[in-house]
Amino acid sequence: MMRNMLNRFAEVPLAAWLIGALCAVYLEQWVGDPLTELLLLPKIPVLFGCLIVLKTPKLIPSTVVFLILIYAVPICVIAYAVRKPANMIAAKLFSGPIWISAILHLGLLYLILHIWSDISAYRELTLKFTLIAIIVTLSLNLINGYMGEFSCSHPGFMALGAYGASVFSLVLFADDKNFGEALLPGILGPFMFPLGLIFGGFISAIGALVVAIPSFRTRGDYLAIISLAFTFIVKSLIENLEFIGGPRGLGSQPDFSNLLVVFIWTVLCVWIINNYVQSVYGKATNAVRDDEIAADAMTVDTRKTKMVTFMFAAFWAGVAGGLFAHVLRFVNPSTFGIQKLAEVLAMVYFGGLNSVYGSIVGAVSLSLLGEALRPLELFKWIIIPLLLILVMIYRPTGLIAFKEFNIRNLIQPKHIPEDEV
Amino acid sequence: MPLLEVKKMTHYFGGLRAVNDYSLKIDAGEVRGLIGPNGAGKTTIFNLITGIYTPTEGNVILDGESTIGLRPHQVAARGLGRTFQELRLWRHMSVLEHVMMARYSKLSYGLIGAFLGTSKRLKEEEESRQIAMKMLDMLEIKHLAGDSIANLPYGAQRRVEMARALATEPKVLFLDEPTVGMTPEELNQMMDIFRRVRDELGLAIFLIEHRLKMVMELCDRIQTLVFGEVIAEGVPEEIQNNPKVIEAYLGKEAVT
Ligand SMILES: Nc1ncnc2c1ncn2[C@@H]1O[C@H](COP(=O)(O)OP(=O)(O)OP(=O)(O)O)[C@@H](O)[C@H]1O
Ligand SMILES: [Mg+2]
Repeated sequence: MMRNMLNRFAEVPLAAWLIGALCAVYLEQWVGDPLTELLLLPKIPVLFGCLIVLKTPKLIPSTVVFLILIYAVPICVIAYAVRKPANMIAAKLFSGPIWISAILHLGLLYLILHIWSDISAYRELTLKFTLIAIIVTLSLNLINGYMGEFSCSHPGFMALGAYGASVFSLVLFADDKNFGEALLPGILGPFMFPLGLIFGGFISAIGALVVAIPSFRTRGDYLAIISLAFTFIVKSLIENLEFIGGPRGLGSQPDFSNLLVVFIWTVLCVWIINNYVQSVYGKATNAVRDDEIAADAMTVDTRKTKMVTFMFAAFWAGVAGGLFAHVLRFVNPSTFGIQKLAEVLAMVYFGGLNSVYGSIVGAVSLSLLGEALRPLELFKWIIIPLLLILVMIYRPTGLIAFKEFNIRNLIQPKHIPEDEV
Repeated sequence: MPLLEVKKMTHYFGGLRAVNDYSLKIDAGEVRGLIGPNGAGKTTIFNLITGIYTPTEGNVILDGESTIGLRPHQVAARGLGRTFQELRLWRHMSVLEHVMMARYSKLSYGLIGAFLGTSKRLKEEEESRQIAMKMLDMLEIKHLAGDSIANLPYGAQRRVEMARALATEPKVLFLDEPTVGMTPEELNQMMDIFRRVRDELGLAIFLIEHRLKMVMELCDRIQTLVFGEVIAEGVPEEIQNNPKVIEAYLGKEAVT
């Protein structure tokens, strides 16, 4: 019976699940408030009830009922109901260029996230930080997973990107006490914002060069030490630069990082990094990791591979930093310290090495968990490391390691195998 | 002009003289053998020629150009392909990925192609895939293309190493004890494969091998190395009958 049910759900394509989710978030918008009152909840459970459950355990039953009525049942029922037309549409799209189908799926996903995050500003903020965490995690996975090095410089790269992009937009588009009047009309701001992010990314990539040259000249494990030093140096450098606010930080960035912008950059990052790791040039990082001498003997330029991958990863960390600065509209150097490093490393190793899926799962689950455990305050810093230790014991390479992220498989129509019909 | 020429090469590891005054000339299509007891310096000679070590003295000339000072991947791209005595495979990659990786230096789609998946990249990677499949076919392991390397038996792993080396389009193929751990049946298959590879791809083979039967059957000329020095060089019959070789090497192990 149970297996039969599962089999039936095997023919539900991604498109149908997305439609189900879309209906669920709409439903929450329409009947969420009355339902919360009915169930005697203080407000709509913002992060799937995690916060409420930890604060007031006696509300657990109502929260569960809410989740079942708003999310679980509608998603499953609707996804199942529309599976046939969804499969037909997916099949039609699938026969055309892949990018059209991919963009339509992404559009649907964005719509869901947009409506879902409309409920509260806190939800939207958490969502943006989660998306940014995906970029940071995936880019660090390039170095620590795909290339098998151990780098601690990601907070430093994020800081460079955050400050680079902030200075870019403050100088050009904001009347600011540090940099004087705006040089360009503010209306151009949102359109030039990508340039600002790329500018920040390039500054990070140059920073990466500074780390990479001494680290990759010789074989040996210098990277961990040098990159850790780099993070501290960047932090104290910023603390000592008065024109960008020193230890007080830099604020009032224009509000360029709306959800759509963050979403698009996250998608771009996943797409480009996924392209890279599936190319021969990208797989050369695996060859360098698993056996560098053999890679050399097979004509792979190992030094170039390491340098390029390291700078590429730093670039994305920089972009993430720029987005982060414009979401928070404030940055200070102490954000980019050892705690940030621990967070990102945890996401990479928890989610899974050498895997795009892994990084997405790691970033999303630990971001949400971090928010959910916020009421426990200090305990958060016991539970998360404990979880990490458990994963390391039972799955040393992380939850979903060494798995290729295949967009085609993800969005293709699903049909049950003939012999089971 | 020989295809590959090694001139008076000497190499020291600290105080240890691992290779002394070693010279070699190989022409296209030739099969060369290098034999000698354990620790004689055979692998070191391979490593010196393929650029992993830089010789203390001497020169290596491929197609009229010196390769001394080039990095190993540059030497490999110029046409010196090799396998390793202790298998050196990438344990998280599939068989096909191994062989495609060896096309690295032949690709030109660059980082833009890698990041954006341009049509140039698709075309070049498809070409690489076809060449890789051809090499796997030659080694009779085409059916294993999609397998993960870690699950393969030892003999198949050795074949993957050789297919991978062939995919770099070498002019000279260096094989460091390529049949260690193979059954007699596999050994015979490998000998056929070596001959076929030489004939079809027209490359020279330089072979280190402990199984003398195989060396004697396959090689046009053989060098015998003892303590880093060549004590005898010649066609198989000469080597077989050379008293120095018999004393230093064959004396202990009966000719099999
Ligand atoms: N990297 C190195 N550093 C120092 N000594 C080395 C190094 N590589 C090899 N040697 C030494 O050089 C000598 C020759 O070693 P090599 O591996 O070339 O021998 P071989 O003829 O290939 O032996 P085998 O038949 O066992 O493979 C040995 O004494 C070895 O200990
Ligand atoms: Mg050896």
